[in-house]
Amino acid sequence: MYQTTYHRPSSVDEAASLFAKGSDAKYLAGGHTLIPVMKQRLAAPSDVIDLGKIKELVGIEASADTLTIKAATTYYDIMQNADVKKSIPAISYLTSMLGDPAVRHRGTIGGSIANNDPAADFPAALVSLDATVKTNKRSIAADDFFKGLFTTALEDGEIITAIAFPIPAKAGYAKMRHPASRFALTGVFVTQTKTGDVRVAATGASQDGVMRVPAIEAALKANWSAGAIDGVTISADGMISDIHGTSDYRANLVKVMAQRAVDAAG
Amino acid sequence: MSTVKLTVNGKAVSAEVEDRTLLVHLLRDHLNLTGTHVGCDTSQCGACVVHIDGRAVKSCTVLAGQAAGSNVTTIEGIAKGDELHPMQAAFRDNHGLQCGYCTPGMIMSAIDIVHRHSGQLDEETVRHELEGNICRCTGYHNIVKAVLDAAGRMKVAQAAE
Repeated sequence: MYQTTYHRPSSVDEAASLFAKGSDAKYLAGGHTLIPVMKQRLAAPSDVIDLGKIKELVGIEASADTLTIKAATTYYDIMQNADVKKSIPAISYLTSMLGDPAVRHRGTIGGSIANNDPAADFPAALVSLDATVKTNKRSIAADDFFKGLFTTALEDGEIITAIAFPIPAKAGYAKMRHPASRFALTGVFVTQTKTGDVRVAATGASQDGVMRVPAIEAALKANWSAGAIDGVTISADGMISDIHGTSDYRANLVKVMAQRAVDAAG
Repeated sequence: MSTVKLTVNGKAVSAEVEDRTLLVHLLRDHLNLTGTHVGCDTSQCGACVVHIDGRAVKSCTVLAGQAAGSNVTTIEGIAKGDELHPMQAAFRDNHGLQCGYCTPGMIMSAIDIVHRHSGQLDEETVRHELEGNICRCTGYHNIVKAVLDAAGRMKVAQAAE
């Protein structure tokens, strides 16, 4: 790791002003992506600004319609939270399948979506549930937030403060876990909203990162059951192909995982 | 350089380190607590697991500065004098180690697992929960046995307190 200067601000405003002063600053939350990348010398920020101890960025609130998870809340705290288990249990499940216990103790939801790894789990949940990403400057719809491989709508220095999830009628998540990294070889999140709309998002599949799956959405809107997806064919165009699986394999996984997710959602 | 102050194994410590220093290097190189190992250095293997404020974390993926002000417990901090922690004793009694390289991390993770499940554990849960700790010798069989054994011992010890 190259030399850097570590800062621990106590408020979002202080963090943003430290970022503006640094020549090439980066925000740190759980650090389970940024620190490995710094160790490999693929990132060499002049300043590392730790958001993990900012009290206004940690916590979970639920109302009748919305579950709000603040950005620096760890996976473990999300997984264990009673409001999450009650309002959107699929999020609790998704979090329990993420990394391993030690990783879940450090990793945060804000860090995951800011990084937008094409095989990360949370982008699929945000897009499927039609969540809103709140930052220190504005609110961004999940559909507009994820912009492809490791790219988001965030501007330089902008800080994610919270994610607001509309509470759905039903939601489920299923993923084929990579046995070593536990990233999603492919994962699919399905949601039936309280107004009867259906939104389906897949991660680990497309070369452009998280994607909506309109063919499965249409099939589930007509008939909310795993069997309704039997006749759907997913194109392998633009799907990831690597040593772990071909694009055809991943295209098929989108369908299979969607079926399992519907079963899980009930 | 920064001065990092934290509590390690119940003692207040302070070290002058570069900001890029990882917690595992602070422990090993500055505090001479070499029981915590560096295995893969990529947060996969779990040889470096310690507890920060009671939670198991991979100390190779935490900056020393992030741990400032926290309570850190390492493998050196769990025995009571000459009396092994029940998890250490169970690993010895069940032959839960061969080369021993992964053992400090295994034990720190295992204690965390027992705490989080209030001692209510079965084999499947232990295997799932140990996903972040890799052992290349034992085939895990005796490690799982040791964790289940220790879960019982820790419950008894807790009831006695």
